[in-house]
Amino acid sequence: MIESQNLTKSFGGRTVVNDVSFRVEPGTVTGFLGANGAGKTTTLRMLSGLSEPDSGQAVVLGGRYRDLANPGRRVGILLDAAAQHDGRRGREALIVSAQMMGVDPRRVDGLLDLVGLDRSAARKRVRHYSLGMRQRLGLAHALLGDPQVLILDEPANGLDPPGMRWMRELLRDFADRGGSVLLSSHLLHEVEALADRLVIIDVGRIVAEGSRAELLAGAGTLVIAPDEAALRAALDASNLPARPARDGGFIVDAEQEDVGRAALAGGVVVSRIGPSGGSGLEQLFFDLTKPLEAIA
Amino acid sequence: MSATAATLELPVAGLDHDRRPGLARLTGVELRKMVDTRAGFWLQLFNLGLMIAFVVVALILADAQDRTFQDLMWVALWPASSLLPIVGVLLISSEWSQRTSLITFALVPRRTRVLAAKLGAALILSVVMLATALAIAAVGTAVAGPSVDGTWSLPPEMLGQAVVYMTTSFIMGLAFGAMFLASAPAIVLYSLLPGGWALLSTIPALEVPARWLDNAHTLTPMADHVLSGTEWARAGTTLALWVLLPAVIGAWRVIHDEV
Repeated sequence: MIESQNLTKSFGGRTVVNDVSFRVEPGTVTGFLGANGAGKTTTLRMLSGLSEPDSGQAVVLGGRYRDLANPGRRVGILLDAAAQHDGRRGREALIVSAQMMGVDPRRVDGLLDLVGLDRSAARKRVRHYSLGMRQRLGLAHALLGDPQVLILDEPANGLDPPGMRWMRELLRDFADRGGSVLLSSHLLHEVEALADRLVIIDVGRIVAEGSRAELLAGAGTLVIAPDEAALRAALDASNLPARPARDGGFIVDAEQEDVGRAALAGGVVVSRIGPSGGSGLEQLFFDLTKPLEAIA
Repeated sequence: MSATAATLELPVAGLDHDRRPGLARLTGVELRKMVDTRAGFWLQLFNLGLMIAFVVVALILADAQDRTFQDLMWVALWPASSLLPIVGVLLISSEWSQRTSLITFALVPRRTRVLAAKLGAALILSVVMLATALAIAAVGTAVAGPSVDGTWSLPPEMLGQAVVYMTTSFIMGLAFGAMFLASAPAIVLYSLLPGGWALLSTIPALEVPARWLDNAHTLTPMADHVLSGTEWARAGTTLALWVLLPAVIGAWRVIHDEV
């Protein structure tokens, strides 16, 4: 279980993380979404005990991270896949950490298999790794101590599509076994298929939080009709605020039933009606994380 | 999916979840880190090669009375005492330049424990280097040593000075690495220090302080004779300035720096 309680952190007078609160329950995957520089990494660093919050509390498994006796055996962390010694071989990097947290070194080879780094890759020095290989090594590292909690910063960065699918399955499986997963991304599509809950951060503040369904519910209803002008008139007549959807039709800030009533009242034939779907969530993400100057 | 599930159930025998990794374990890890990177491995091998080469050259060129066991030990220690500080610098600075400090401090959040482990590893490696130097010197003396009185003599005081000399030069490297948290400035400044003093002590007003603070002048007598009380005082003063002070500043930085 992870709990961010009113975490706040400033660097050089600029508040990078501002009163951020959310929870990650066991058995769930939480996607932590935000544009680059929104404060995701700083939040994750405070949760991992690497950075002291100015105020607020970071609670992991019921206490402070730094009070865990052997944190590697409780929490798997991947904050930066590039943060490995270039001159060390991939397998050796895992052996060092296994030795540090007292894990049977035999587990290392199993994990290398799991993340798809074969023997020749494991023997290579990390400087010869692609970003995708570093991410795989980083995920193996996070899983090394058989943790209950995973904190992953942009783990999908640099992974190819098969790698992404594999990572999704791995994290889903981890959560289904009762683990808590917090992963950040600046790309919505990387996490929307995987995350049970989404936390969206913008300029250091949480701007939206909830399950995928909850966030979509707020994203409106997509309605499409062969006669768009008639549909628009019907929506206007029922005082339902609507905006044109990207691929035709309208996104209406109302429940589906109300949209249906409006169409019936206006005598308009509707070819499709439903939740605005992924495109709506994407719109929401872009709207919420839009740079301030773009809104102004 | 089943492959994933099976692998997550890999054996995890070892330290249990709520036992703090001990200092001996962490020290072992730090010793391993000194040799398991490309740079670390070659630096150690290079060091060993130089120790042997220096003794061989001394056996060929030096006069008979300078080829005793004790002399050859110091000859072997000379390259080691120059290279060990670099190993010391890298032991700390590479955690920053390679950003492995993220991993190290995530696994061991109490940073003083990491520092203690690095210090322990430095002390152990210094003693290993000294033992290696003794072995090389012993072979050299057996092969080509002079047959004069005291060929094999090594007063305990001299052995003690060798221990102090080796460990403090290693710790000085660690301290400089910690003070700068970057390899280049730490190594450059460390290397410039003796030359800098040589330059400064040409200024008459600085001649007296140099006698107390110039590590080249206060520490090198350790290799020559058993130090007098005054000489120990001078060596101690130098070590306080160049080892203790950087170590305190460095430790503070390592503990408080954002990684």
